[in-house]
Amino acid sequence: MADMKNADVVIIGGGPGGYVAAIRAAQFGLTTVCVEMDKTLGGTCVNVGCIPSKALLTSSEHYEFARLHAAEHGVKVDGVSVDLPRMMNRKDSVVGQNTKGIEFLFRKNRIEWAKGRGTLKSGNVVEVTADDGTTMSYQAKNVIIATGSVPIELPFLQFDEKRVLSNIGALTIPEIPKHLIVIGGGVIGLELGSVWRRLGAKVTVVELFPTILPGNDTEIIKEADRIFRKQGLDIRVGTKVVGAKVDGERIAVDVEKDGAKETLDADYVLVSVGRKPSLTGIDAAALGLTLGKRGEIAVDAQMRTNLPNVFAIGDAVGGKLLAHKAEEEGVIAAEVIAGHHAQMDYKSMPSVVYTWPEIATVGLAEHEVKESGRDYKTGKFPFSANGRARTMAETNGFVKFIADAKTDELLGCHIIGANASDLIQEVVLAFEYRGSSEDIGITVHSHPTLSETVKEAALGVLGRSLHI
Amino acid sequence: MISIKVPPLGESIVEATVSRWLKKKGEAVASGDTIVELETDKITVEVPAPRAGTLASQAVAEGDVVKVDQLLAELEESAAPATVAAPAATAAPDAEPAAAAPAPAPAAAESSSAASASSAVSAVPAVSAPKSSPAARRVAADANVDIATVPGTGRGGVVSKPDVIEHTEKKAAAPALETPRPAAPSPSSNGERETREKMSTRRKRIAENLLQSQHSTAHLTTFNEVDMTAVNAIRERMKEKVEKEHGVKLTVMPFFVKAACMALESYPVINAQVDGDSIIYKHYVNMGIAVASDAGLVVPNIKDAHAKGMLDLSREIATVAKRARDGKLNMDDLTGGTFTITNGGVFGSLVSTPIINYPQVGILGLHKTQDRPVAIDGRIEIRPMMYIALSYDHRIVEGQQAVLFLVRIKELIEDPAAMLIS
Repeated sequence: MADMKNADVVIIGGGPGGYVAAIRAAQFGLTTVCVEMDKTLGGTCVNVGCIPSKALLTSSEHYEFARLHAAEHGVKVDGVSVDLPRMMNRKDSVVGQNTKGIEFLFRKNRIEWAKGRGTLKSGNVVEVTADDGTTMSYQAKNVIIATGSVPIELPFLQFDEKRVLSNIGALTIPEIPKHLIVIGGGVIGLELGSVWRRLGAKVTVVELFPTILPGNDTEIIKEADRIFRKQGLDIRVGTKVVGAKVDGERIAVDVEKDGAKETLDADYVLVSVGRKPSLTGIDAAALGLTLGKRGEIAVDAQMRTNLPNVFAIGDAVGGKLLAHKAEEEGVIAAEVIAGHHAQMDYKSMPSVVYTWPEIATVGLAEHEVKESGRDYKTGKFPFSANGRARTMAETNGFVKFIADAKTDELLGCHIIGANASDLIQEVVLAFEYRGSSEDIGITVHSHPTLSETVKEAALGVLGRSLHI
Repeated sequence: MISIKVPPLGESIVEATVSRWLKKKGEAVASGDTIVELETDKITVEVPAPRAGTLASQAVAEGDVVKVDQLLAELEESAAPATVAAPAATAAPDAEPAAAAPAPAPAAAESSSAASASSAVSAVPAVSAPKSSPAARRVAADANVDIATVPGTGRGGVVSKPDVIEHTEKKAAAPALETPRPAAPSPSSNGERETREKMSTRRKRIAENLLQSQHSTAHLTTFNEVDMTAVNAIRERMKEKVEKEHGVKLTVMPFFVKAACMALESYPVINAQVDGDSIIYKHYVNMGIAVASDAGLVVPNIKDAHAKGMLDLSREIATVAKRARDGKLNMDDLTGGTFTITNGGVFGSLVSTPIINYPQVGILGLHKTQDRPVAIDGRIEIRPMMYIALSYDHRIVEGQQAVLFLVRIKELIEDPAAMLIS
């Protein structure tokens, strides 16, 4: 029998949900253990998701700027070329800074990192098996399951991460692909597709639904589709992938649209058709843990599962697969464990697509408001009418608000444009306080800033935009 | 010229005293500014300016007693509503009138405050608006709604613009002059498990008074029990006759009022009041009777109860209780009490510790009469028994006096004939 240690909280998974939950729990003075089987902390987000993809997105944006837009500013750059190994090294070092940062935070907060694969046993015992096969057990007063998610595989296109790639392989392609086929026109597909397109690959995005970014506000989708096509993405919507054949370095992907078949030939394929909850080390059936329809762990607003003192957070509980959602859920779980009144509210949960221009959203899409039967007004303001956007030569996109027709309560905000990811934040704050479009419209915004587009769109709901 | 009148003061109050003018004649006021404060025994009412303008006249003086709907002041509406609003208004020429509303955006007011310093009109309503969004304050000022009365649903209870609009609509839908019922909000009308509701001004005042009593007195309660056999027998015998000949129901209350007056005569300190380092002894008893009404607990009092007979007491208790329930009490009914009786027994209470009706120093609590076995002359008998309680301010009332006061009441109630011999 291995050693048995006691802990107030044992968290299975060291991704953004898990490590943030650990810090919050430790802030309450709870003895906290975080189990992570990878060599580094940070999970998908820090190692093979948000952080490395943003590093490559930024680097590739610089390349594209130097190549296509610098001249417009009167900056002459000759002989621009990509140093891919260097770009990849930089990305890896950014990832390294982040994972080291989390290790520092663990030391600072006296959180124990149990290195190995965690298994939840009955009686809230967590067994951790290290790479060398040694085991260690923890008797946990509380357990937080934060095991994340894994990419969904297509049966005829199994990941080898060399030619058939998930998000993981798409971040480490050793050369610039000649033709990269992206299956799935969602966030991951469009972001990573954009990276390789900018670096010189021909990129074809195949989406089963009639539009890219399905579920988003229709006007935003239309604008995004127009801009991305103009940038050179070959977007095939309403197109089904019916088969594929991998032959050494070539992959033949059979697609079908409206009955018409075609075979696309590529040297790399990124499969980004969604992700599913990962329950590594969690035998739901044996534990009696209740799962939802899609295999996600069922939780209440306080992140409690049906098992006593077992919580679950992040991608493992489904919903929007977002790092900041996981973080917030981790904070809530830790606070509930510490005896505080806290519960999740997803109403003001923003989401961002880090293409260029960026797309940021909070609240409901217009079609969702319409379906609810509620009377509403909209306000829109284009970046092309904003002084700062013109100075930056970033005039693509617009800000759109949806507000209740009677009370002016903000129901949705959708931004496509430069720095949308930062611009959305004031709207998120307004949502938290059940703000109205007037609150944003009558608030002073510095001039000249991109944020004035947000103010003007809010005033647009009231029919009183100033600069259009 | 706009007439500013005494607003509805709530169900039970028809008049108020002008306590303080906040705006002088000729002074500029912004929409929502409090012009004058009215005081009733239960609440302080702030009367706001419905529009921006200049106070043209004051129709009443501080200390005057005014009735609902009486003229208080006249307001000369400013021709161009608050000059500070001008920049915003010109900048949005084709915006609908609402955009150029009298109360401009606070931000606009602040940025141009230097320019309009001489007018000294704050565009932000002076009403206490502790946590609210800027648009909520604008809408509240326009709708002449006291934002402090609006329940906030934003994070941390912040009052949002939708909150104000929904509140205003709800108020408009409710019958006029109706004060919000204290009744609990229907628990799951919107599926939520908790609802946050702002206390009404009156409820806040009641809360303050109760807390003040708890904080400013040395509160203590003593108990005794009373055998109601004799009083019940008298009521049984006289009830019909009294009702027929005098048109009044003979309840237990006048017996206790009478007994309490006599006991207070024996222990005058319980009918006294603390004023700084002095004790004021009252040589009369204005007997407060706690009455539960729809609008909350009210305590009208019977003047000179010590000098009144049983019939007068019965009659007055009945009329004052009816007035309280009908919301027809006047200021006189509510002020000047020297001691209070509260009867929790009507709702079935068996024992309780009443809170002193500050600044009084004693309150007698009556309870439910219940048949109980008691030992009488060494035998067990079933008697109609009532627990009685006296909460008293121990600062000036000795424990012995309090106990003896209850004993005296017990003696008088158990042998009502003793009330004749005084």
